Amino acid sequence: MIEFRAVTKRFDDGTIAVNNLDLVVEAGTITVFVGPSGCGKTTSLRMVNRMIDPSSGTILVDGKDILSVDPPMLRRGIGYVIQQAGLFPHRTVLDNVATVPLLSGWSRSKARGRAAELLELVGLPAELGKRYPVQLSGGQQQRVGVARALAADPPVLLMDEPFSAVDPVVREGLQDELLRLQAELDKTIVFVTHDIDEAVRIGEKVAVFREGGILAQYDRPAELLARPADDFVAHFVGKDRGYRSLSFVDASGVEVGAVPLVQVSEAVEPSGEWRLAVDDRRHPRGWLAPGTTVDGPLVEDVLKPGGSLFEVGQSIRGALDAALSSPSGLGVAVDAEGAVVGAVTATQVLAVIEGLRESRG
Amino acid sequence: MGDLVKYLGDAGTRGLILDMLLEHIYLSLLPLVISVVLAVALGWVCHRFGWFRGALLGAANIVYTVPSLALFAIIPAVIGTQVLDINNVVIALTVYTTALLTRPVSDALDAVPVQITAAATAMGFRPLRRFLTVELPLAVPVLFAGLRVGSVSNISLVSVGALIGTGGLGVLFTDGFRSRYLAPIIVGIVLTLLLALVVDGLLVALRQWLTPWNHIRGVKS
Repeated sequence: MIEFRAVTKRFDDGTIAVNNLDLVVEAGTITVFVGPSGCGKTTSLRMVNRMIDPSSGTILVDGKDILSVDPPMLRRGIGYVIQQAGLFPHRTVLDNVATVPLLSGWSRSKARGRAAELLELVGLPAELGKRYPVQLSGGQQQRVGVARALAADPPVLLMDEPFSAVDPVVREGLQDELLRLQAELDKTIVFVTHDIDEAVRIGEKVAVFREGGILAQYDRPAELLARPADDFVAHFVGKDRGYRSLSFVDASGVEVGAVPLVQVSEAVEPSGEWRLAVDDRRHPRGWLAPGTTVDGPLVEDVLKPGGSLFEVGQSIRGALDAALSSPSGLGVAVDAEGAVVGAVTATQVLAVIEGLRESRG
Repeated sequence: MGDLVKYLGDAGTRGLILDMLLEHIYLSLLPLVISVVLAVALGWVCHRFGWFRGALLGAANIVYTVPSLALFAIIPAVIGTQVLDINNVVIALTVYTTALLTRPVSDALDAVPVQITAAATAMGFRPLRRFLTVELPLAVPVLFAGLRVGSVSNISLVSVGALIGTGGLGVLFTDGFRSRYLAPIIVGIVLTLLLALVVDGLLVALRQWLTPWNHIRGVKS
Protein backbone atom coordinates (compact mmCIF):
# COMPACT_ATOMS: atom_id res chain seq x y z
CA MET A 1 0.00 0.00 0.00
CA ILE A 2 1.21 3.48 -0.85
CA GLU A 3 -0.18 6.43 1.03
CA PHE A 4 0.22 10.11 0.14
CA ARG A 5 -0.59 12.36 3.11
CA ALA A 6 -0.92 16.07 2.35
CA VAL A 7 1.98 15.85 -0.08
CA THR A 8 3.08 19.07 -1.78
CA LYS A 9 5.99 19.57 -4.13
CA ARG A 10 7.10 23.10 -4.86
CA PHE A 11 10.05 23.42 -7.23
CA ASP A 12 12.80 26.01 -6.75
CA ASP A 13 11.27 28.27 -9.40
CA GLY A 14 8.07 28.44 -7.35
CA THR A 15 5.87 26.23 -9.53
CA ILE A 16 3.70 23.88 -7.57
CA ALA A 17 3.89 20.45 -9.18
CA VAL A 18 1.81 18.59 -6.63
CA ASN A 19 -0.66 20.37 -4.40
CA ASN A 20 -1.67 18.83 -1.10
CA LEU A 21 -2.18 15.33 -2.41
CA ASP A 22 -4.05 12.83 -0.26
CA LEU A 23 -4.36 9.46 -1.92
CA VAL A 24 -4.14 5.79 -1.04
CA VAL A 25 -2.94 3.29 -3.61
CA GLU A 26 -4.35 -0.03 -2.50
CA ALA A 27 -2.07 -3.06 -2.34
CA GLY A 28 -2.32 -5.47 -5.25
CA THR A 29 -4.02 -3.05 -7.63
CA ILE A 30 -3.05 -1.20 -10.77
CA THR A 31 -3.61 2.48 -10.05
CA VAL A 32 -3.23 4.88 -12.95
CA PHE A 33 -2.21 8.53 -12.59
CA VAL A 34 -3.51 10.37 -15.63
CA GLY A 35 -3.75 14.00 -16.67
CA PRO A 36 -2.46 16.64 -19.08
CA SER A 37 1.23 17.55 -19.08
CA GLY A 38 2.27 19.60 -16.06
CA CYS A 39 -0.39 18.10 -13.82
CA GLY A 40 2.07 16.53 -11.40
CA LYS A 41 1.37 12.89 -12.21
CA THR A 42 5.00 12.02 -12.94
CA THR A 43 6.26 14.10 -10.02
CA SER A 44 3.87 12.21 -7.73
CA LEU A 45 5.18 8.90 -9.07
CA ARG A 46 8.80 9.89 -8.67
CA MET A 47 8.29 10.92 -5.09
CA VAL A 48 7.45 7.31 -4.22
CA ASN A 49 11.02 6.12 -4.87
CA ARG A 50 12.57 9.42 -3.81
CA MET A 51 13.77 10.42 -7.25
CA ILE A 52 12.12 13.65 -6.05
CA ASP A 53 11.53 14.49 -2.40
CA PRO A 54 8.33 16.27 -1.37
CA SER A 55 8.44 19.84 -0.04
CA SER A 56 5.97 18.87 2.65
CA GLY A 57 3.75 15.97 3.59
CA THR A 58 4.43 12.28 4.10
CA ILE A 59 4.55 9.27 1.83
CA LEU A 60 4.20 5.83 3.34
CA VAL A 61 5.01 2.58 1.54
CA ASP A 62 3.60 -0.37 3.45
CA GLY A 63 3.20 1.84 6.47
CA LYS A 64 6.80 3.06 6.49
CA ASP A 65 7.73 6.71 5.96
CA ILE A 66 9.97 6.61 2.90
CA LEU A 67 12.01 9.58 4.10
CA SER A 68 13.37 7.31 6.83
CA VAL A 69 14.84 4.88 4.28
CA ASP A 70 18.20 5.29 2.50
CA PRO A 71 17.17 6.10 -1.12
CA PRO A 72 19.26 3.42 -2.91
CA MET A 73 17.93 0.73 -0.55
CA LEU A 74 14.36 2.01 -0.94
CA ARG A 75 14.70 1.95 -4.73
CA ARG A 76 15.97 -1.64 -4.86
CA GLY A 77 12.65 -2.64 -3.33
CA ILE A 78 10.57 -0.71 -5.86
CA GLY A 79 10.50 -1.74 -9.51
CA TYR A 80 10.75 1.11 -11.99
CA VAL A 81 9.87 1.09 -15.68
CA ILE A 82 10.33 4.20 -17.81
CA GLN A 83 9.52 5.42 -21.27
CA GLN A 84 11.76 3.87 -23.96
CA ALA A 85 12.74 1.31 -21.34
CA GLY A 86 16.01 3.11 -20.36
CA LEU A 87 17.96 -0.11 -20.85
CA PHE A 88 21.74 -0.06 -20.47
CA PRO A 89 23.08 -0.19 -24.04
CA HIS A 90 26.41 -1.65 -22.92
CA ARG A 91 24.92 -4.65 -21.16
CA THR A 92 23.29 -7.71 -22.64
CA VAL A 93 19.57 -8.20 -22.18
CA LEU A 94 20.22 -10.83 -19.52
CA ASP A 95 22.58 -8.57 -17.55
CA ASN A 96 20.13 -5.68 -17.85
CA VAL A 97 17.44 -7.82 -16.25
CA ALA A 98 19.91 -9.04 -13.59
CA THR A 99 20.79 -5.45 -12.56
CA VAL A 100 18.93 -5.14 -9.26
CA PRO A 101 19.73 -8.67 -8.02
CA LEU A 102 23.42 -7.92 -8.73
CA LEU A 103 23.15 -4.60 -6.87
CA SER A 104 21.61 -6.44 -3.96
CA GLY A 105 24.64 -8.70 -3.79
CA TRP A 106 23.43 -11.87 -5.51
CA SER A 107 26.07 -14.00 -7.22
CA ARG A 108 26.33 -13.48 -10.98
CA SER A 109 25.11 -16.96 -11.84
CA LYS A 110 22.12 -16.79 -9.50
CA ALA A 111 21.19 -13.32 -10.81
CA ARG A 112 21.42 -14.50 -14.41
CA GLY A 113 19.31 -17.55 -13.63
CA ARG A 114 16.66 -15.29 -12.17
CA ALA A 115 16.92 -12.99 -15.21
CA ALA A 116 16.33 -15.93 -17.55
CA GLU A 117 13.16 -16.81 -15.62
CA LEU A 118 11.93 -13.27 -16.01
CA LEU A 119 12.53 -13.18 -19.75
CA GLU A 120 10.30 -16.20 -19.98
CA LEU A 121 7.73 -14.57 -17.72
CA VAL A 122 7.42 -11.54 -20.00
CA GLY A 123 7.21 -13.75 -23.05
CA LEU A 124 10.66 -13.29 -24.57
CA PRO A 125 12.65 -16.20 -26.01
CA ALA A 126 15.74 -17.15 -23.97
CA GLU A 127 18.14 -16.55 -26.87
CA LEU A 128 17.37 -12.82 -26.73
CA GLY A 129 19.24 -12.79 -23.41
CA LYS A 130 22.61 -12.73 -25.16
CA ARG A 131 21.72 -9.77 -27.36
CA TYR A 132 22.23 -6.09 -26.70
CA PRO A 133 19.26 -3.72 -26.37
CA VAL A 134 19.95 -2.11 -29.75
CA GLN A 135 19.20 -5.47 -31.36
CA LEU A 136 15.63 -5.55 -30.06
CA SER A 137 12.44 -3.94 -31.33
CA GLY A 138 10.78 -1.20 -29.29
CA GLY A 139 8.17 -3.61 -27.94
CA GLN A 140 10.79 -6.16 -26.95
CA GLN A 141 12.87 -3.48 -25.21
CA GLN A 142 9.83 -2.46 -23.23
CA ARG A 143 9.25 -6.06 -22.15
CA VAL A 144 12.88 -6.25 -21.03
CA GLY A 145 12.27 -3.03 -19.08
CA VAL A 146 9.35 -4.70 -17.28
CA ALA A 147 11.41 -7.86 -16.65
CA ARG A 148 14.23 -5.76 -15.20
CA ALA A 149 11.83 -3.96 -12.88
CA LEU A 150 10.44 -7.28 -11.63
CA ALA A 151 13.80 -9.03 -11.19
CA ALA A 152 14.15 -8.58 -7.44
CA ASP A 153 10.45 -9.36 -6.97
CA PRO A 154 9.59 -5.95 -5.50
CA PRO A 155 6.09 -5.59 -4.04
CA VAL A 156 5.69 -2.18 -5.67
CA LEU A 157 6.11 -1.32 -9.35
CA LEU A 158 6.26 2.23 -10.69
CA MET A 159 5.64 2.66 -14.41
CA ASP A 160 6.29 6.08 -15.94
CA GLU A 161 4.54 6.28 -19.33
CA PRO A 162 6.12 2.94 -20.19
CA PHE A 163 4.22 2.26 -23.39
CA SER A 164 3.94 5.73 -24.88
CA ALA A 165 6.86 5.37 -27.31
CA VAL A 166 5.60 2.24 -29.08
CA ASP A 167 3.00 2.09 -31.82
CA PRO A 168 -0.67 1.55 -30.91
CA VAL A 169 -0.87 -2.12 -31.91
CA VAL A 170 2.25 -3.04 -29.90
CA ARG A 171 1.02 -0.87 -27.04
CA GLU A 172 -2.24 -2.80 -26.81
CA GLY A 173 -0.27 -6.06 -26.72
CA LEU A 174 1.92 -4.73 -23.92
CA GLN A 175 -1.13 -3.58 -21.96
CA ASP A 176 -2.69 -7.06 -22.24
CA GLU A 177 0.62 -8.54 -21.18
CA LEU A 178 0.75 -6.28 -18.12
CA LEU A 179 -2.77 -7.28 -17.12
CA ARG A 180 -1.88 -10.96 -17.54
CA LEU A 181 1.29 -10.50 -15.45
CA GLN A 182 -0.59 -8.63 -12.78
CA ALA A 183 -3.18 -11.41 -12.51
CA GLU A 184 -0.23 -13.72 -11.83
CA LEU A 185 1.95 -11.50 -9.63
CA ASP A 186 -0.46 -9.29 -7.70
CA LYS A 187 1.88 -6.29 -7.38
CA THR A 188 0.99 -2.81 -6.23
CA ILE A 189 1.42 -0.91 -9.48
CA VAL A 190 1.37 2.83 -10.05
CA PHE A 191 1.15 3.59 -13.75
CA VAL A 192 1.49 7.09 -15.20
CA THR A 193 0.05 7.97 -18.59
CA HIS A 194 -1.42 10.95 -20.42
CA ASP A 195 -3.70 8.64 -22.39
CA ILE A 196 -7.13 8.32 -20.78
CA ASP A 197 -7.98 5.28 -22.92
CA GLU A 198 -4.92 3.49 -21.60
CA ALA A 199 -5.90 4.58 -18.08
CA VAL A 200 -9.42 3.16 -18.17
CA ARG A 201 -8.22 0.06 -19.99
CA ILE A 202 -5.65 -1.08 -17.45
CA GLY A 203 -6.49 0.79 -14.25
CA GLU A 204 -8.47 -0.69 -11.40
CA LYS A 205 -8.45 2.80 -9.93
CA VAL A 206 -7.70 5.96 -11.87
CA ALA A 207 -6.49 9.25 -10.39
CA VAL A 208 -7.15 12.18 -12.73
CA PHE A 209 -4.82 15.13 -12.09
CA ARG A 210 -5.29 18.65 -13.39
CA GLU A 211 -2.85 21.51 -13.95
CA GLY A 212 -1.35 22.79 -10.74
CA GLY A 213 -0.96 19.31 -9.31
CA ILE A 214 -4.50 18.97 -8.04
CA LEU A 215 -6.21 15.60 -7.82
CA ALA A 216 -9.49 16.09 -9.68
CA GLN A 217 -11.01 12.65 -9.20
CA TYR A 218 -9.95 9.26 -7.89
CA ASP A 219 -12.27 6.46 -8.81
CA ARG A 220 -12.83 3.20 -10.61
CA PRO A 221 -12.76 3.69 -14.40
CA ALA A 222 -16.47 2.89 -14.83
CA GLU A 223 -17.35 5.56 -12.28
CA LEU A 224 -15.03 8.03 -13.93
CA LEU A 225 -16.81 7.61 -17.24
CA ALA A 226 -20.30 7.44 -15.78
CA ARG A 227 -19.99 10.18 -13.19
CA PRO A 228 -17.12 12.60 -13.80
CA ALA A 229 -16.66 14.82 -10.76
CA ASP A 230 -16.58 18.07 -12.69
CA ASP A 231 -16.30 19.69 -16.12
CA PHE A 232 -12.55 19.21 -16.22
CA VAL A 233 -12.79 15.46 -15.74
CA ALA A 234 -15.76 15.22 -18.12
CA HIS A 235 -13.77 17.08 -20.74
CA PHE A 236 -10.62 15.10 -20.08
CA VAL A 237 -12.23 11.68 -20.32
CA GLY A 238 -13.41 13.00 -23.65
CA LYS A 239 -16.11 12.32 -26.21
CA ASP A 240 -17.89 8.99 -26.44
CA ARG A 241 -17.57 8.45 -22.72
CA GLY A 242 -21.18 7.22 -22.63
CA TYR A 243 -20.36 4.66 -25.27
CA ARG A 244 -16.97 3.80 -23.78
CA SER A 245 -18.45 3.27 -20.34
CA LEU A 246 -20.37 0.34 -21.81
CA SER A 247 -17.04 -1.50 -21.72
CA PHE A 248 -17.63 -1.95 -18.02
CA VAL A 249 -21.15 -3.38 -18.34
CA ASP A 250 -21.31 -7.09 -18.97
CA ALA A 251 -23.59 -8.32 -21.72
CA SER A 252 -25.15 -11.17 -19.84
CA GLY A 253 -28.50 -9.34 -19.70
CA VAL A 254 -28.78 -9.35 -23.47
CA GLU A 255 -30.65 -12.37 -24.75
CA VAL A 256 -28.97 -13.86 -27.77
CA GLY A 257 -31.61 -14.80 -30.36
CA ALA A 258 -31.55 -17.30 -33.18
CA VAL A 259 -30.12 -16.31 -36.53
CA PRO A 260 -30.95 -17.95 -39.88
CA LEU A 261 -27.88 -19.70 -41.20
CA VAL A 262 -26.71 -20.89 -44.57
CA GLN A 263 -23.73 -23.09 -45.25
CA VAL A 264 -20.91 -22.02 -47.57
CA SER A 265 -20.33 -24.48 -50.50
CA GLU A 266 -23.87 -25.82 -50.29
CA ALA A 267 -27.02 -25.09 -52.29
CA VAL A 268 -29.23 -22.31 -50.88
CA GLU A 269 -32.98 -21.77 -51.23
CA PRO A 270 -34.10 -18.20 -52.07
CA SER A 271 -35.35 -16.18 -49.09
CA GLY A 272 -36.61 -12.69 -48.22
CA GLU A 273 -34.52 -12.29 -45.06
CA TRP A 274 -30.86 -11.73 -44.14
CA ARG A 275 -29.05 -14.97 -43.54
CA LEU A 276 -25.63 -15.54 -42.01
CA ALA A 277 -23.25 -17.73 -43.99
CA VAL A 278 -21.04 -20.04 -41.94
CA ASP A 279 -18.34 -22.53 -42.79
CA ASP A 280 -18.27 -26.12 -41.62
CA ARG A 281 -16.95 -25.07 -38.20
CA ARG A 282 -19.84 -22.59 -37.83
CA HIS A 283 -17.47 -19.64 -38.13
CA PRO A 284 -19.27 -16.64 -39.68
CA ARG A 285 -18.15 -15.83 -43.25
CA GLY A 286 -20.54 -12.99 -44.18
CA TRP A 287 -24.18 -12.12 -44.81
CA LEU A 288 -26.42 -13.25 -47.69
CA ALA A 289 -28.70 -10.30 -48.54
CA PRO A 290 -32.47 -10.88 -48.91
CA GLY A 291 -33.53 -11.87 -52.45
CA THR A 292 -30.03 -12.87 -53.58
CA THR A 293 -30.29 -15.78 -55.97
CA VAL A 294 -27.55 -18.33 -55.78
CA ASP A 295 -26.90 -20.77 -58.60
CA GLY A 296 -25.22 -23.93 -57.41
CA PRO A 297 -23.20 -24.08 -54.19
CA LEU A 298 -22.86 -20.87 -52.15
CA VAL A 299 -19.56 -19.06 -52.81
CA GLU A 300 -18.16 -16.33 -50.56
CA ASP A 301 -18.06 -13.80 -53.43
CA VAL A 302 -21.80 -13.15 -53.19
CA LEU A 303 -21.68 -12.46 -49.43
CA LYS A 304 -21.65 -9.04 -47.80
CA PRO A 305 -18.79 -8.67 -45.31
CA GLY A 306 -19.97 -9.04 -41.74
CA GLY A 307 -19.63 -6.55 -38.89
CA SER A 308 -17.66 -6.95 -35.69
CA LEU A 309 -18.27 -10.07 -33.64
CA PHE A 310 -18.81 -10.22 -29.93
CA GLU A 311 -17.91 -13.09 -27.73
CA VAL A 312 -20.56 -14.19 -25.30
CA GLY A 313 -19.53 -13.01 -21.84
CA GLN A 314 -17.80 -9.87 -23.08
CA SER A 315 -18.96 -6.31 -22.44
CA ILE A 316 -22.19 -4.85 -23.72
CA ARG A 317 -20.11 -2.39 -25.75
CA GLY A 318 -19.06 -5.27 -27.99
CA ALA A 319 -22.65 -6.42 -28.39
CA LEU A 320 -23.85 -2.96 -29.39
CA ASP A 321 -20.95 -2.47 -31.78
CA ALA A 322 -21.61 -5.86 -33.39
CA ALA A 323 -25.23 -4.91 -34.06
CA LEU A 324 -24.41 -1.40 -35.31
CA SER A 325 -21.68 -2.60 -37.66
CA SER A 326 -23.59 -5.51 -39.16
CA PRO A 327 -25.19 -5.00 -42.61
CA SER A 328 -28.22 -6.97 -41.45
CA GLY A 329 -28.59 -5.06 -38.17
CA LEU A 330 -27.99 -8.33 -36.38
CA GLY A 331 -24.90 -8.46 -34.16
CA VAL A 332 -23.32 -11.88 -34.34
CA ALA A 333 -22.47 -13.56 -31.04
CA VAL A 334 -19.77 -16.23 -31.05
CA ASP A 335 -18.37 -18.57 -28.43
CA ALA A 336 -14.76 -18.78 -27.33
CA GLU A 337 -13.93 -20.94 -30.37
CA GLY A 338 -15.44 -18.36 -32.74
CA ALA A 339 -18.49 -20.46 -33.65
CA VAL A 340 -21.81 -18.65 -34.11
CA VAL A 341 -24.12 -18.77 -31.10
CA GLY A 342 -26.83 -16.40 -32.30
CA ALA A 343 -27.48 -12.71 -32.85
CA VAL A 344 -28.71 -9.57 -31.10
CA THR A 345 -30.22 -6.33 -32.38
CA ALA A 346 -29.24 -2.81 -31.32
CA THR A 347 -32.79 -2.32 -30.01
CA GLN A 348 -32.39 -5.31 -27.70
CA VAL A 349 -29.05 -4.06 -26.40
CA LEU A 350 -30.36 -0.54 -25.83
CA ALA A 351 -33.37 -1.92 -23.98
CA VAL A 352 -31.01 -3.71 -21.62
CA ILE A 353 -28.94 -0.53 -21.13
CA GLU A 354 -32.11 1.49 -20.43
CA GLY A 355 -33.25 -1.18 -17.99
CA LEU A 356 -29.95 -1.03 -16.12
CA ARG A 357 -30.12 2.76 -15.93
CA GLU A 358 -33.66 2.66 -14.50
CA SER A 359 -32.82 -0.06 -12.01
CA ARG A 360 -29.88 2.04 -10.81
CA GLY A 361 -32.29 4.94 -10.37
CA MET B 1 71.71 2.19 -47.04
CA GLY B 2 75.15 0.86 -46.46
CA ASP B 3 75.45 3.28 -43.55
CA LEU B 4 72.27 1.88 -42.06
CA VAL B 5 73.47 -1.72 -42.28
CA LYS B 6 76.78 -0.77 -40.78
CA TYR B 7 75.12 1.27 -38.02
CA LEU B 8 72.76 -1.51 -37.03
CA GLY B 9 75.41 -4.18 -37.46
CA ASP B 10 76.92 -3.26 -34.16
CA ALA B 11 75.37 -5.27 -31.28
CA GLY B 12 76.21 -2.53 -28.77
CA THR B 13 74.32 0.03 -30.87
CA ARG B 14 71.33 -2.30 -31.17
CA GLY B 15 71.34 -2.72 -27.39
CA LEU B 16 71.42 1.05 -26.92
CA ILE B 17 68.58 1.52 -29.40
CA LEU B 18 66.48 -1.09 -27.59
CA ASP B 19 67.04 0.74 -24.30
CA MET B 20 65.99 4.00 -25.96
CA LEU B 21 62.88 2.34 -27.38
CA LEU B 22 61.90 0.97 -23.95
CA GLU B 23 62.51 4.33 -22.36
CA HIS B 24 60.46 5.99 -25.11
CA ILE B 25 57.57 3.62 -24.43
CA TYR B 26 57.80 4.33 -20.72
CA LEU B 27 57.98 8.10 -21.19
CA SER B 28 55.07 8.24 -23.62
CA LEU B 29 52.66 5.67 -22.18
CA LEU B 30 53.01 6.33 -18.45
CA PRO B 31 51.65 9.88 -18.90
CA LEU B 32 48.84 8.41 -21.01
CA VAL B 33 47.78 6.09 -18.20
CA ILE B 34 48.03 8.78 -15.51
CA SER B 35 46.16 11.30 -17.63
CA VAL B 36 43.27 8.89 -18.27
CA VAL B 37 42.71 8.76 -14.53
CA LEU B 38 43.06 12.54 -14.16
CA ALA B 39 40.90 13.33 -17.20
CA VAL B 40 38.14 11.01 -16.03
CA ALA B 41 38.13 12.75 -12.65
CA LEU B 42 38.26 16.26 -14.15
CA GLY B 43 35.76 15.35 -16.88
CA TRP B 44 33.38 14.16 -14.20
CA VAL B 45 33.80 17.45 -12.32
CA CYS B 46 33.01 19.40 -15.54
CA HIS B 47 30.03 17.16 -16.23
CA ARG B 48 28.70 17.41 -12.71
CA PHE B 49 29.36 21.08 -11.97
CA GLY B 50 28.48 23.18 -14.99
CA TRP B 51 29.96 26.39 -13.58
CA PHE B 52 33.36 24.75 -13.31
CA ARG B 53 33.35 23.54 -16.87
CA GLY B 54 34.12 26.83 -18.64
CA ALA B 55 37.03 27.68 -16.37
CA LEU B 56 38.58 24.23 -16.44
CA LEU B 57 38.25 23.63 -20.16
CA GLY B 58 39.53 27.15 -20.87
CA ALA B 59 42.59 26.47 -18.74
CA ALA B 60 43.09 23.13 -20.52
CA ASN B 61 43.10 24.91 -23.88
CA ILE B 62 45.70 27.41 -22.70
CA VAL B 63 47.93 24.67 -21.29
CA TYR B 64 47.75 22.88 -24.60
CA THR B 65 49.08 25.93 -26.44
CA VAL B 66 52.26 26.15 -24.32
CA PRO B 67 55.15 24.86 -26.48
CA SER B 68 56.43 21.51 -25.26
CA LEU B 69 60.03 22.59 -25.02
CA ALA B 70 59.02 25.53 -22.86
CA LEU B 71 56.97 23.26 -20.63
CA PHE B 72 59.87 20.83 -20.21
CA ALA B 73 62.00 23.79 -19.09
CA ILE B 74 59.37 25.39 -16.83
CA ILE B 75 58.47 22.30 -14.85
CA PRO B 76 61.74 22.03 -12.88
CA ALA B 77 61.31 25.67 -11.88
CA VAL B 78 57.73 25.07 -10.74
CA ILE B 79 58.11 21.82 -8.85
CA GLY B 80 61.82 21.87 -8.04
CA THR B 81 63.01 18.80 -9.95
CA GLN B 82 66.45 18.58 -11.56
CA VAL B 83 66.61 20.00 -15.07
CA LEU B 84 67.57 16.61 -16.52
CA ASP B 85 65.08 14.60 -14.49
CA ILE B 86 63.00 12.38 -16.79
CA ASN B 87 60.02 13.03 -14.53
CA ASN B 88 59.85 16.47 -16.13
CA VAL B 89 58.86 14.80 -19.39
CA VAL B 90 56.38 12.48 -17.69
CA ILE B 91 54.76 15.42 -15.90
CA ALA B 92 54.70 17.65 -18.97
CA LEU B 93 53.13 14.98 -21.14
CA THR B 94 50.64 14.12 -18.41
CA VAL B 95 49.60 17.77 -18.34
CA TYR B 96 49.18 17.84 -22.13
CA THR B 97 47.28 14.61 -22.39
CA THR B 98 45.02 15.48 -19.48
CA ALA B 99 44.27 18.82 -21.14
CA LEU B 100 43.51 16.96 -24.35
CA LEU B 101 41.29 14.29 -22.80
CA THR B 102 39.25 16.28 -20.29
CA ARG B 103 36.89 17.81 -22.82
CA PRO B 104 35.98 14.58 -24.65
CA VAL B 105 35.45 12.79 -21.34
CA SER B 106 33.19 15.58 -20.13
CA ASP B 107 31.30 15.64 -23.45
CA ALA B 108 30.93 11.87 -23.44
CA LEU B 109 29.48 11.93 -19.93
CA ASP B 110 27.10 14.71 -20.95
CA ALA B 111 26.00 12.57 -23.90
CA VAL B 112 24.86 9.62 -21.78
CA PRO B 113 21.05 9.74 -22.22
CA VAL B 114 19.24 11.13 -19.20
CA GLN B 115 16.77 8.24 -19.13
CA ILE B 116 19.64 5.78 -18.73
CA THR B 117 21.19 7.53 -15.75
CA ALA B 118 17.72 8.10 -14.30
CA ALA B 119 16.92 4.40 -14.72
CA ALA B 120 20.18 3.50 -12.98
CA THR B 121 19.43 5.82 -10.06
CA ALA B 122 15.87 4.53 -9.82
CA MET B 123 17.11 0.96 -9.64
CA GLY B 124 19.20 1.77 -6.61
CA PHE B 125 22.71 2.48 -7.91
CA ARG B 126 24.75 4.66 -5.58
CA PRO B 127 26.49 7.55 -7.39
CA LEU B 128 30.01 6.09 -7.50
CA ARG B 129 28.89 2.69 -8.73
CA ARG B 130 26.60 4.30 -11.28
CA PHE B 131 29.52 6.36 -12.56
CA LEU B 132 31.93 3.44 -12.79
CA THR B 133 29.55 0.83 -14.20
CA VAL B 134 27.11 2.83 -16.29
CA GLU B 135 28.31 6.29 -17.26
CA LEU B 136 32.03 5.60 -17.68
CA PRO B 137 31.60 2.47 -19.84
CA LEU B 138 29.27 4.43 -22.10
CA ALA B 139 31.93 7.15 -22.42
CA VAL B 140 34.62 4.64 -23.49
CA PRO B 141 34.24 5.06 -27.28
CA VAL B 142 34.74 8.84 -27.05
CA LEU B 143 37.48 8.46 -24.43
CA PHE B 144 39.39 6.15 -26.76
CA ALA B 145 39.08 8.55 -29.68
CA GLY B 146 40.90 11.07 -27.46
CA LEU B 147 43.38 8.47 -26.23
CA ARG B 148 44.44 7.60 -29.79
CA VAL B 149 45.25 11.25 -30.49
CA GLY B 150 47.00 11.51 -27.12
CA SER B 151 49.15 8.42 -27.65
CA VAL B 152 50.40 9.57 -31.06
CA SER B 153 51.00 13.06 -29.74
CA ASN B 154 52.94 11.74 -26.72
CA ILE B 155 55.08 9.38 -28.77
CA SER B 156 56.12 12.26 -30.98
CA LEU B 157 56.59 14.74 -28.11
CA VAL B 158 58.89 12.44 -26.12
CA SER B 159 61.48 12.94 -28.87
CA VAL B 160 61.57 16.64 -28.04
CA GLY B 161 62.67 15.70 -24.53
CA ALA B 162 66.02 14.64 -25.98
CA LEU B 163 66.79 18.32 -26.48
CA ILE B 164 66.86 18.79 -22.72
CA GLY B 165 68.78 15.61 -22.24
CA THR B 166 66.16 13.00 -21.32
CA GLY B 167 66.22 9.61 -23.00
CA GLY B 168 64.05 7.95 -25.60
CA LEU B 169 64.37 7.65 -29.35
CA GLY B 170 64.82 11.43 -29.61
CA VAL B 171 68.46 10.87 -28.63
CA LEU B 172 68.94 9.27 -32.05
CA PHE B 173 67.89 12.55 -33.65
CA THR B 174 70.12 14.76 -31.52
CA ASP B 175 73.06 12.39 -32.03
CA GLY B 176 72.42 12.20 -35.76
CA PHE B 177 72.19 15.96 -36.15
CA ARG B 178 75.27 16.59 -34.06
CA SER B 179 77.43 14.12 -35.96
CA ARG B 180 75.76 14.79 -39.35
CA TYR B 181 75.10 11.05 -39.59
CA LEU B 182 71.78 10.04 -41.26
CA ALA B 183 71.48 6.39 -40.11
CA PRO B 184 70.39 7.01 -36.48
CA ILE B 185 67.89 9.62 -37.67
CA ILE B 186 66.28 7.15 -40.07
CA VAL B 187 66.20 4.44 -37.42
CA GLY B 188 64.62 6.94 -35.00
CA ILE B 189 61.92 7.95 -37.47
CA VAL B 190 61.07 4.37 -38.40
CA LEU B 191 60.91 3.18 -34.78
CA THR B 192 58.82 6.18 -33.70
CA LEU B 193 56.36 5.54 -36.50
CA LEU B 194 56.20 1.82 -35.78
CA LEU B 195 55.70 2.46 -32.09
CA ALA B 196 52.86 4.90 -32.81
CA LEU B 197 51.20 2.38 -35.14
CA VAL B 198 51.52 -0.53 -32.72
CA VAL B 199 50.20 1.48 -29.76
CA ASP B 200 47.30 2.75 -31.87
CA GLY B 201 46.50 -0.80 -32.94
CA LEU B 202 46.57 -1.97 -29.32
CA LEU B 203 44.27 0.87 -28.29
CA VAL B 204 41.80 -0.05 -31.02
CA ALA B 205 41.89 -3.69 -29.93
CA LEU B 206 41.39 -2.69 -26.30
CA ARG B 207 38.44 -0.49 -27.23
CA GLN B 208 36.81 -3.32 -29.19
CA TRP B 209 37.29 -5.63 -26.24
CA LEU B 210 35.81 -3.11 -23.79
CA THR B 211 32.82 -2.17 -25.94
CA PRO B 212 31.38 -5.25 -27.65
CA TRP B 213 28.01 -3.46 -27.59
CA ASN B 214 29.27 -0.55 -29.65
CA HIS B 215 30.02 -2.36 -32.88
CA ILE B 216 26.88 -4.41 -33.15
CA ARG B 217 24.44 -3.33 -35.77
CA GLY B 218 20.85 -3.00 -34.69
CA VAL B 219 18.73 -5.76 -36.16
CA LYS B 220 15.25 -4.51 -35.48
CA SER B 221 12.68 -7.19 -35.88
